[in-house]
Amino acid sequence: MHPEKKSSYEGLSRNIVLTVITVSMAPLILVGGLIFHQFRSIYRVKVYSHLCEVVDKHKDTVNTFLLEKLNEVQYLSRAYSYAELTAPGVLSETLRGMQQQYGRIFVDLGIVDEQGRQVSYAGPFNLLDADYAEADWYVNSRDRASSISDVFLGLRQSPHFIISINSEDADRKWTLRATIDFLAFTHLVENIRIGETGYAYILNSEGVFQTRHADNREQRLTLTPVKNIPYPEAPQGVTISESEGSDGETYLTISSDLKNGEWQLVYQQSVADAFSDMSRTENITLLVFLLGGLCIVVMAVVVSRKLVHRCKFIDAESELLNRQMVETGKLAAIGELAAGIAHEINNPVAIMIEEAGWVSDLLEDEGGELPSCSEIDRALAQVATQGRRCKDITHKLLSFARQTDSRVGEVDLPLLIREVVEISMQQARCVRVEFSLDLDESVPSVHASVTELQQVLLNLINNAIQAMESDGGTLAIACFADSSHAIMEVADTGPGIPAANLSRIFDPFFTTKPVGKGSGLGLSICFGIIHQMGGEIDVESTVGVGTRFTIRLPLPHVSHEQKTVAKEIHHV
Amino acid sequence: MSDATVLIVDDEVGFVSTMSKRLNMRDMVVYTAYEGAAAMRQLAEHADIQVVILDMKMPGKDGLTVLQEIKELYPLVEVIMLTGHATVPTAIEGIQHGAFDYLMKPCSFDGLTEKILQAVALKEEHEGEAIEARVSDIANRMA
Repeated sequence: MHPEKKSSYEGLSRNIVLTVITVSMAPLILVGGLIFHQFRSIYRVKVYSHLCEVVDKHKDTVNTFLLEKLNEVQYLSRAYSYAELTAPGVLSETLRGMQQQYGRIFVDLGIVDEQGRQVSYAGPFNLLDADYAEADWYVNSRDRASSISDVFLGLRQSPHFIISINSEDADRKWTLRATIDFLAFTHLVENIRIGETGYAYILNSEGVFQTRHADNREQRLTLTPVKNIPYPEAPQGVTISESEGSDGETYLTISSDLKNGEWQLVYQQSVADAFSDMSRTENITLLVFLLGGLCIVVMAVVVSRKLVHRCKFIDAESELLNRQMVETGKLAAIGELAAGIAHEINNPVAIMIEEAGWVSDLLEDEGGELPSCSEIDRALAQVATQGRRCKDITHKLLSFARQTDSRVGEVDLPLLIREVVEISMQQARCVRVEFSLDLDESVPSVHASVTELQQVLLNLINNAIQAMESDGGTLAIACFADSSHAIMEVADTGPGIPAANLSRIFDPFFTTKPVGKGSGLGLSICFGIIHQMGGEIDVESTVGVGTRFTIRLPLPHVSHEQKTVAKEIHHV
Repeated sequence: MSDATVLIVDDEVGFVSTMSKRLNMRDMVVYTAYEGAAAMRQLAEHADIQVVILDMKMPGKDGLTVLQEIKELYPLVEVIMLTGHATVPTAIEGIQHGAFDYLMKPCSFDGLTEKILQAVALKEEHEGEAIEARVSDIANRMA
C-alpha cells in the first residue's frame, strides 16, 4: 500500500476519533461543569446557613444562661437586706437552696462592702475577709448596677467568673457577688461539636479565651483572617470569614456577639472538614466523569479503527476491480491492434502465396529440365506452408479480437460441454486421456454466445489434453450452479503450471509451447470472452498434481425456489 | 474455348496480376479491375464475363455495394467474394444479397479454381433455365 494512502487512513481514523470525542465530551463537560458549579454553590449556602443557625442558637442559649443567672442573683439581692445576708448562716443557707434549685452552677456567694472587703461568704473556699478592692471585676463593676466579669483565676487560682450586683440602702453600699462554675458554663459551648474539627469557644473583647479549649485541640492556633464572606441570610450580629490557620489549613470562622458585645462566641472548623461531604461527592462525580470519558475515548478509537479497516477493505476491493478493468481494457486494445495488423498482413501473405503458386505453375510447365528443379519446388512448398502458418496466426488474432459470431442466446451448459467433449474425444483417446464428467443437469441456461463458449471450452480442453500428452491422465469437467453463478470446472492431472507462469497465462502471446506450436492467444481469448459476458475465469495449479480452471458465469435472474432447488441438488 | 471467363476485382495489384496469370494458365479468360467503378465498366464492355471475384474491402465503393450493383444489372453473373476474417459478417450479408460464395484471404488457389468452376456450372444452368423459359415463353406466344 502507498505510504500516502496509509497516512490518509490514519488521518481519517484520527478525524473520526476527534469528532466522536468532541461531540460526546463537549456536552458532558458543559452539563457536568454546570451541575458541579451549581451543586457547589448550593451546598456552600446550606453549610453556611446551618453553621450560622447553630452559632446563633447557642449565642441565644449562652445569653439566656447569663441573663438567668444574673436575674437569680439580682433577685437574691432584692429579696434580702444587707443585714439578713450578712447574718451568719443565711448566706450558706441561701447557697444551698440555690444549688438545690439549679445544680452546682453557683459555686459560692459573698457580700463585699464598700471598701472591697468581703464581709460575708458562703462556699468551698476560705475567702471571708478577702480584699477585692484592687480586683478587676470589682473595679469594673463599681459604677454599674450589675455586671458579669470575664473569666479569671482570681484568689482561688482556678478559672471562674463573677456576677456582681451593687445594692445600697440607707446607710451603706454593698455588693452581692456570685461565682459561676466554669465547667458548667464551658459545657454550654463545648457541646457544639460538628465534624472532626468544628468546635466553639468564647473570647472576650481582648481576645482572651473565656472557655476551655477542647482537649484535643492545639492550644494556640492563631488564625489570620483571609476574607470575610458576606452572607446575606446570616442572623443579626453573625459574621462569617475564612482564615488561614498557623497549621496551614484554611478555617471557617463564624462569630457572634455575646453579652452586649463584650464577648464573642466563635465557631471554627476547617474548610475541608466542613465541606467533606461535598468533596466526597465531587470526587465520586469526577471519578464517574473520568471513567465515562475513558469509555468514550476507547469506544471512539475502537469504532474508528473498525470503520477505517472496513474502508481499507472496500478500497482494496475496488482497487482489485480497477485492476481487472484495466486488464480487460488492455486486452481489448490489444485485440483491436491485433485485428488491424492481421488484416494488413493478410493481403501481402495472400500475394506471397499466389506468387509462390505462380512460380510453381511456371516450373511445372517449362522448368522440368532445370537441374535445381526439385530444390526450387521444395522452397516454393515451404513458402506456401509458411504462408498458411501466417494465415493461421492472423485468423487466430482475429478471433482474439472477437470477430467471431458473438450473438447471444440461451446456452444449456451441460449440452454444450457434451458436444465439445465429443469433438475432443478422438484426440484424447490418442494420448490416453480419459474424460470424467460431473454435470448437474438442472443448471439454468446462461445468456451467452454459443460459439464463443465453445471456443473457450475447446481451448481449455485442448490445453489440458496437450498438458497430459506425455503420460495420459484424467480430464474432469464439472458443471453446477450456486445462488448467482453457473460454474464450469476443467481440471486435469497434468504436470501443473509453475507459480512463476501462473500469473502470466492470461497474457496475450504468452506461451510455453515451442515456436510454431501455439500462438499464446488461446487463454487470453478465453479471458476476454468470459469477461465480456460478465463472468470470471480463475486458475489454480499445483506442480505435479494438476491444473483446475474455473469459469463462473452470471445467471440470469432466477426465482428463489429455483435457486434453492439448484443448491440442494448441488449439495446432494 | 476457355473454361471460364473471370473478372477479378481487388485493390491489391500484385494479387490481381499473379492471380490472373495463374488462372490464364488454367484456360480461363481473366479481366481485371482495381476498384468498383472499373469493374462495372469491364462488365459493360465484356458481356462474356461469367464470374466476378470481388474483394470486400476496397477504397471507394466497398464490395457489398458493388455486389448489389452487379446483381441488379447482370443478375446471371455469379460473384465469389474474397474477404478477410474480420469481414465474415459482411460476407454472410453478401450471400444474402445473392453472392455465390465467399473465400477467406489468403485463399488456397485450388479452392478458388474449384469455386470458379462451380459458379460457371451454376451460371450455365441458370442460363439454360432462362433460355428454356424464353423458349417456352415464345412457344406459348406462338401458340
